[in-house]
Amino acid sequence: MKLTRALPLATLTAAVAAASQAQAQTEITIGTVNNNDMVIMQSLTDAFEEAHPDIELDWVVLEENVLRQRMTTDIATQGGQFDVMTIGTYEVPIWAERGWLSPLDDLPAEYQVDDLLTSVRDGLSNDGTLHALPFYGESSMMYYRQDLFDEAGIEVSEQPSWEEVRDWASQLHDPEEQRAGICLRGKPGWGENMAFVSTLVNTFGGRWFDEDWQPQLDSPEWQEAIQFYVDLLNDFGPPGASSNGFNENLALFSRGSCAIWVDATSAAGKLYDPGESDVADRLGFAPAPVAKTPKGSHWLWSWALAIPATSENQEAARTFIQWATSREYIELVGDTQGWTSVPPGTRESTYANENYQEAAPFAGFVLEAMRSADPTDSTLEPSPYVGVQFVGIPEFQSIGTQVGQTVASALTGDVTVEQALQTAQRATERAMQRAGYLD
Amino acid sequence: MTTTTKHDRLETSSRGGGQAVPARSAKLPFLASANTRKLGLTVLGWTVALLIFFPIFWMVLTGFKTESAAIADPSLIFSPTLESYQAVQERAGYTRFALNSVAVAFGSTLLALLIAIPSAYSMAFLPTRRTKGTLLWMLSTKMLPPVGVLVPIYLIFRDVGLLDTRTGLIIIYTLMNLPIVVWMLYTFFKDMPKDILEAGRMDGATTFQEVCFLLLPLTLPGIASTGLLSVILSWNEAFWSLNLTSSKAAPLTAYIASFSSPEGLFWAKLSAASTMAIAPILVFGWLTQKQMVRGLTFGAVK
Repeated sequence: MKLTRALPLATLTAAVAAASQAQAQTEITIGTVNNNDMVIMQSLTDAFEEAHPDIELDWVVLEENVLRQRMTTDIATQGGQFDVMTIGTYEVPIWAERGWLSPLDDLPAEYQVDDLLTSVRDGLSNDGTLHALPFYGESSMMYYRQDLFDEAGIEVSEQPSWEEVRDWASQLHDPEEQRAGICLRGKPGWGENMAFVSTLVNTFGGRWFDEDWQPQLDSPEWQEAIQFYVDLLNDFGPPGASSNGFNENLALFSRGSCAIWVDATSAAGKLYDPGESDVADRLGFAPAPVAKTPKGSHWLWSWALAIPATSENQEAARTFIQWATSREYIELVGDTQGWTSVPPGTRESTYANENYQEAAPFAGFVLEAMRSADPTDSTLEPSPYVGVQFVGIPEFQSIGTQVGQTVASALTGDVTVEQALQTAQRATERAMQRAGYLD
Repeated sequence: MTTTTKHDRLETSSRGGGQAVPARSAKLPFLASANTRKLGLTVLGWTVALLIFFPIFWMVLTGFKTESAAIADPSLIFSPTLESYQAVQERAGYTRFALNSVAVAFGSTLLALLIAIPSAYSMAFLPTRRTKGTLLWMLSTKMLPPVGVLVPIYLIFRDVGLLDTRTGLIIIYTLMNLPIVVWMLYTFFKDMPKDILEAGRMDGATTFQEVCFLLLPLTLPGIASTGLLSVILSWNEAFWSLNLTSSKAAPLTAYIASFSSPEGLFWAKLSAASTMAIAPILVFGWLTQKQMVRGLTFGAVK
């Protein structure tokens, strides 16, 4: 019997003892998302390591939501598993406020911090101090099929309105040709359908919360915007629109199955690439449509590189994020991967670069959209929060996703828009009460 | 050969008990219906097997497509390419992840068996009043969603330095599989005739000898299938491996996860990565399926 008891213990001890894993001093672990820009960054590892032979890069690539959960666990428990984290404009101010991120003041002059787009820089700052460096940024804009518009004799105005867009979508909707008049995000999620829906609500004059943090989802503005969205997609959208996110719509549009698509500016590079898109030579673009107000009609998002306060390799991590977000890096990508592949939306100099202007005819639109998106003033009536397509409070992830689900159920016709918004309003009120914003 | 229809059978039964029915014709309806049943079962078996296998088949197929073909309307006709495999291999070192998977799956299975064999032995042959309760309690730990204990485990692992180590994963997987392993071994041991062990004891065998030379060889198929199940469960585990590892100890599940993306086209690459991740365990399962089936049905027809 003695042996029976001793055996597992001995094995366990032996196993633990075998756990010694040597760690190079300057090895930094980078947690990042899986998308084309990040894959390019990963493929340029050698270039960085050659220039900095004392630093070795270790990559952890995960799907966006998994990464977010993984990083939140690590940073909230001070796990210290990562030296560099890829996070967005939503997380940076919240995490910085809690002291989880190392402040990035005193950046060297050659980094040219003033070259970073002001709106992006503001989005990544807390109390005026940068807490992450932007890797790429995006706003939203409208893509359309120039050939179909020409055929129908449609002239796109400099600033299209949603009424016009509905009219165009109705003219170009052709189910027999398997072509939808318009494609929009329908897949539920705070970063999926709600990113788009929030901008739509903004431009219809609505807001998530009033100045006392009282949810406004049952307001006439929300009602009007969501009804417009549901009708538009049901009448002129593709079948099964409620399961389409960014990726699905990108695939639909690039196969020629949509006449209009309003989504992230970062899709432009992919749509212009003849290898990935069938409509590369027939592409038109315009600013995101507006309704009552241009405020908040297009979003602002940036994926940025931050250093958790728990990292033991602060210096090496800093060297890396400065390199990956520098002008030189953008030029390196332009030279080695082609100029349509450079990470957009971070630096003024990218847009001033002739090579980029030539390769990316949409550059001017993107720059204008990025400049004019103001996360601190994105609603017609005043609101207490920062963020265009999100509300910069920790509770928003769950609130946004829950509201996203009710909006999606209105889209599928399971409930009416009114019912959906009432449900969403009640759920949001409860969440805000629990979080202590409301009495 | 005469075939018997339903009509014949009805007739046969309508004759009533008064008339003697020739033995031959009484047997035939049974045979025919047994054949039909067998055919039906075969068809059903194949249908279920194909349904279960279809996603895997489709995944393997998608791995050989280009990204644009992968997302286009489903089609069986396409020109196969290895470009996804090449891209996947270039981006992440498969071998490192695979070695971690092998070490962790087999390490945890070995550890689980080492702990479970003695405990199942004592529960099967030396039960106490609390044995049943202990078994149920062990199983109840499987009823808790793992995410519920993520933060405490993460904190413990952080403090003892087990984050991102194979040892850490081995310990977690062992704990995760232990209830199932103990239960399975317990049922196999229970089916062992006690007399054999008693005979050994009469001949002067110690408990250790009794377990090593009698119990283990006799229940080997059961132990093997338990071990195989534990290996497969550990190999496919994703929640803990994604949350407790970052780069050094990450197994193949983390490797697959790195190709999943809501932005950009990665279906073909994801499929190629998944195919490469399941290939070893698929081959392993195929090679050992005899033992597996024998073990799982071990003692079932007593």
